[in-house]
Amino acid sequence: MTTLINILVQGVLLGALYALFAMGQSLVFGVMRLTNIAHGDFIVLLVFVLFALTAMAHLPLMAALVLLVAIAFAAGYALQYVLLNRVSSRDPLPSLMVTFGLSIVIQNVLQELFSADPRAIATGGFESQGVLLPGGINVGYLPLLTLLATVAVTFALQWLFGRTALGRAFRATSDDRETVQLVGVSHRRTYALAMAIAFVLIAVAAALYATRTAVSPSDGPALLLYAFEAVIIGGMGSFWGTFLGGMALGVAQQAGFYFDPGWGIWLGHVMFLAVLVARPQGLLPKTA
Amino acid sequence: MTTLLQTQGLTAGYGDFQALFGIDVAVGAGEVIALIGANGAGKSTFLKAIAGLLRAAPGQVIYKGAPIGSLPAARIVGKGIALVPEGRRLFPSLSVEENLQLGAYCGRPGRWNLETVLELFPALRERRHHPATALSGGQQQMVAIGRALMSNPELLMCDELSLGLAPVVVREIYAALPAIVADGMSAIIVEQDVRLARQVSSRFYCFQEGRVSLEGESASASDEAITQAYFGVQA
Repeated sequence: MTTLINILVQGVLLGALYALFAMGQSLVFGVMRLTNIAHGDFIVLLVFVLFALTAMAHLPLMAALVLLVAIAFAAGYALQYVLLNRVSSRDPLPSLMVTFGLSIVIQNVLQELFSADPRAIATGGFESQGVLLPGGINVGYLPLLTLLATVAVTFALQWLFGRTALGRAFRATSDDRETVQLVGVSHRRTYALAMAIAFVLIAVAAALYATRTAVSPSDGPALLLYAFEAVIIGGMGSFWGTFLGGMALGVAQQAGFYFDPGWGIWLGHVMFLAVLVARPQGLLPKTA
Repeated sequence: MTTLLQTQGLTAGYGDFQALFGIDVAVGAGEVIALIGANGAGKSTFLKAIAGLLRAAPGQVIYKGAPIGSLPAARIVGKGIALVPEGRRLFPSLSVEENLQLGAYCGRPGRWNLETVLELFPALRERRHHPATALSGGQQQMVAIGRALMSNPELLMCDELSLGLAPVVVREIYAALPAIVADGMSAIIVEQDVRLARQVSSRFYCFQEGRVSLEGESASASDEAITQAYFGVQA
């Protein structure tokens, strides 16, 4: 019984990280139907930006985090406005090609600049602290912080989409990007804002991820896979769906790890395929 | 009467296909004009070109004395020109109320807000939390008009309000028009029903194959002249 609870608890905590990876992808897909192949590499890129700010420029961690979020917002806006808006169309192929190319460029530039060594963000031992619950269940502060951040991000996105003028503009642009211009919404600016917000989410994910484990320049595609799986399990374009998708993936992996340390990732993929077969539209399809 | 909007030799098209060949139309402040003509004559293209969905040369569209022909659509609505697009084009992910609220996105002040639009179309009030596309065709058209009004335009352009609606519903929709233009708003009405178009307008332009084939006073024009301008053949 304790084992089962432990698998669930650790799975949810791991899943929170995957859900956080996936949230930016979910937003970008929900607003502009863009499948971003470089999503995982953007996470890795921002990990290295944070690494450069803390370990090389020697900024205090808090200052570096604030700076990272600001850099991410500007970079996301510029990337979409200058580059990706040119390839956004009903045809999904051009944007797939461009983000695929970006993925390769980012991996190689990072290897050139930082070598292939894995890097982590030093937090002075915070990542190894935790609280021991009755029954021998160990809950780390960092995974707990990740879960809180993911819940907060999901609530914030749901509020942004459902309750604000910007959220209405996001949904309307997703519906019909010609007609939104008639009410004064520039679909190019809306897309750029969506990507900027997605990059802020990526920055949060990058900071928490790099605190948890060491990251190397070529890790992006694996992160993309987890993000993809979480989005698709949850249902395209629904934030609570993405949240649940991440949790499902985390619990499945954790269950696999329990049976055999080599089974964790595999069982996650098996669960993903099972969902595709049984419920291809995802757990909670459609944006609220 | 001062001229609010004027087009001078307006040309527009879709890619290699040219749909308008030098259109001269003028709309005075507070004036309602009608555009009539057969399918494919270029009426909708004309409205899209003014709204900025199709680019024209700057000087081809003069609004309040300033050239606006090359502005993007998202900026033109902020200047006071709103289009009720053909086929309504409501946002299915948004409720009725949200569709209306989005109409106010450009933030122009004026007498139209959520409350005054719901007073104009009381039928929408009890259904305002429904998805916009769950409404009947007539009510959807009211939402589309309301969404355009929410930007507090000085020039309202309506493209085929009657499309796909029962005659009794069409009469209901057009009955709201006098109240809408009562405070001096100008309007361009595109309408297939020539009789209806002439009833609600003071002047009309008849389009034929991308050119203006006839213009005149709505009340005094002869049916024979309109028939000829409409079909381009001797009746």
